[in-house]
Amino acid sequence: MRKFFINFLRMPVTGSLFAIFAAVIVGAIILLAAGHNPIRAYAGLFYGAVGQPRFAVQTIIASTSLILTGLSVTFAYKTGLFNIGVEGQFIIGTVAAVFLGHFLKLPPIVHPAAVMTGAMLAAGAFGAIVGFLKAKFNIHEVLSSIMLNWVAINLANLYISTERFYQEVGKAHGIQNSASIIFLHEMKRTPEGIAQIRELGFLSEILLRTDVNFGIFIAIAAVFFAKFFLDKTSAGYALKAVGANKDAAEFAGINIKKYMVLSMFFSGAIAGLAAAVHITGVSPNTVTLLPAFQNYGFNGIPVALLANASVIPNIFAALLFGGMNYGAGYIQSNHGIATEIIEIMIGLIVFFVALRAVCVKIANIIERKKYGSSN
Amino acid sequence: MVLLISITLMYAAPLILAGLGGVISEKSGVVNLALEGIMTIGAFAGAAVAFVTGNAWLGFFAAGAAGGGLALMHAIATVTFKADQTISGVALNFIGPGLAIFFTRILFGAVRSDPVTARMPKIFNIDITLIIGIFFVIAMYIFLYKTKWGLRIIAIGEHPAAADTLGINVSLTRFLCVIASGVFAGFGGAAFTLSIVSVFMPNVIAGAGFIALAAVIFGKWTPHGLLGACLIFGFFQALSIHLRGQDLPVPLQIITLLPYLLTLIILVLFVGKSVAPKAVGVPYNKEA
Repeated sequence: MRKFFINFLRMPVTGSLFAIFAAVIVGAIILLAAGHNPIRAYAGLFYGAVGQPRFAVQTIIASTSLILTGLSVTFAYKTGLFNIGVEGQFIIGTVAAVFLGHFLKLPPIVHPAAVMTGAMLAAGAFGAIVGFLKAKFNIHEVLSSIMLNWVAINLANLYISTERFYQEVGKAHGIQNSASIIFLHEMKRTPEGIAQIRELGFLSEILLRTDVNFGIFIAIAAVFFAKFFLDKTSAGYALKAVGANKDAAEFAGINIKKYMVLSMFFSGAIAGLAAAVHITGVSPNTVTLLPAFQNYGFNGIPVALLANASVIPNIFAALLFGGMNYGAGYIQSNHGIATEIIEIMIGLIVFFVALRAVCVKIANIIERKKYGSSN
Repeated sequence: MVLLISITLMYAAPLILAGLGGVISEKSGVVNLALEGIMTIGAFAGAAVAFVTGNAWLGFFAAGAAGGGLALMHAIATVTFKADQTISGVALNFIGPGLAIFFTRILFGAVRSDPVTARMPKIFNIDITLIIGIFFVIAMYIFLYKTKWGLRIIAIGEHPAAADTLGINVSLTRFLCVIASGVFAGFGGAAFTLSIVSVFMPNVIAGAGFIALAAVIFGKWTPHGLLGACLIFGFFQALSIHLRGQDLPVPLQIITLLPYLLTLIILVLFVGKSVAPKAVGVPYNKEA
C-alpha cells in the first residue's frame, strides 16, 4: 500500500493532477473573496464546457488549436528551446492560410491540404529564424521571439491594410468554400441545405449553431505523428539528444546548430498548422486587424507545461484549458463572474506545475521514513 | 528634436524601472520572466490606489507593494521550492493580468478604470518616474559593484556553492532579490498609469515587461547597460512615432515594427558572447 502510494506520487501525471487540484482550491478562495459561491461557479463552468452537446463541441473546437500550439511548444522544448514565439508563428500562419485559401483555385480536400502545407512552411520559416539567430549569433530564443512576435503582428496588420487583400477596412478576404474544413460547409450556405440539416434532429443544432469541423482529427493525428517522429526516427532522436545534453550530443557527432534550426522550423510549422486549422475551420475564416496579441499562440505554453513537455498529454491538457476558456462565457453571463478568473486559474495551474516536484519530494520523505531506520 | 527626446525619455522610464528588477533578480541567479505580469498588477494597483486616495505617490508605493507581493510567489516557488524559474514566470504572466482585470471589473464595473486625475509630478517637464529610474540605476550600480552586499549577490549568481561555503545565505539573498525585482517592476507598471496614460486598461503594458527583459540581456545584466538599452529602445519608439506623423511612402505597419527589427539587428551586430550570470536559471540545492 505504502509502496503503491510512493510510486503514485512519483508518476508525472500525479504532479499535473496535484497542480489542477491546488489551483481549484486557491481559485475557490479568490472567488469567495470576490463574493461568489465557488461551488456554483465550478459547477457552472463544468456545465458551460460540456453540459450540452453543443457546448461540448464548442469546447472541442476551442481545444483544437490549443492541442497544436501546445504541441508546438512541446516540440521545441524537446530540443531545450523555449518557444515563446509560438504567437508570432501562429499569426504568420493565419496570414499564409488566408492568402492561400482565397487566391488558390483548387478542389475541396486538396485545397485545405494546400492551405495547411503553405501555412506550415511560412510559419516554420518564421520559427526557423529564431533557431538560426540562436545557432549562429547566440541570441537567446526568448529575446528574439519577443521581437519577432511584434514583427509578425505588424506584418499581419500590413497584409490586412493592403487594398488588394482586404474585403473591408480591418478585415481580409475570406477563404473560398473549397478551402473550408467545416462539416457540410456547402449545405450550410443554402436555404435548401439548411432545411435538410434541420431534419437530422439533435445533430442539426450542433451542425447549424457551431463551426464543427475536421480540425480535431488533424490535431490528434499531428500529435501521434510527432510522437512517432520523436521516438522512432533518427532525426527525432537527435533532436531529443540536443535537448537532453547539448555537449554530449555534440560530442556524439550531432550537428547541434542544425538541429536547433530544424527544431524551431518544426515547432513553427506546427504553430502554422494550428493557424491553418483555425482559419479553415472557424468563422469568420479570415484575419482581422489586431490591435494586440490574441494569445492563440501564447495559450499553447500552459498546455505544454501542464502536459509536462511530453507529447500525447497535450491533448488532455488542451481539452481542459479549452473547456475552461469556453465555459468561462457561460459563468460570465449566468453568474456574473468575470472571465478573467479563468486566466487566473490557468496561471495557478501553471504555478503549481512548477511546484510539482513537491510530490516527488514527499515520496522521498515517506520512503526515507520507512527505510531510514533500518540503515 | 525636443519632442523626439521627450518621447524617448517617456518610453524609457517604465522600461528602466522594470529592467532594474530584471537585473537584480538575474544577478542573484533567478530568471524573472514575469516582469510583464508584475508590471500589469503594478499598473492596476497604482491606478486604483491613486484613484481612491487622490494621491499619486500613494499609488506609486502601492504599485511597488503589489509587485513585491506577486514576486513573493515567484520567490517561494523558485527559491524555497527550487521550482523551474521559467514555468513560474509564465504562471505569473497569467495570474498578474488576470487578477488586475478581475479586480478592475469589481472596482470600476468595466475592464478599464475611470480616468485617474492624480498624476506623478514632473520636474522641468521631465517625468519624475524617469528621475527615480535614473537614481536607482546609479544606486544599483554603486550597490552591486561597490558594497559587500552587492558583490555577494554577484557571487551568488556566478557560483552559489562557492558563495555558500563563504557563509553567505544563498536562499535568503535570492529571496530578497526576487522580491526587490517585483517592487521595481511594480514601479515600472505604475509609471505607465500614473505618468503616461492616467488610466488602467488590459493592454496598458502591451509587452513592455518583455521589452524590459530584452533590455536586461541587451544591457549585459548591468544597470548602466540597461539604461543604455532602454534609451535606445525608447529612441526607436520615438522615431517610429515621429515618422508616423510624416508623409512617407512607407506603410504605417513597417514603421511600427521598426523598433523591434532594429533591436534584433543591433543584437546580431553587437551582442557577441553571452555574459549572463553563470548560475542564472539554476535552482541552488544545498544538499546536492
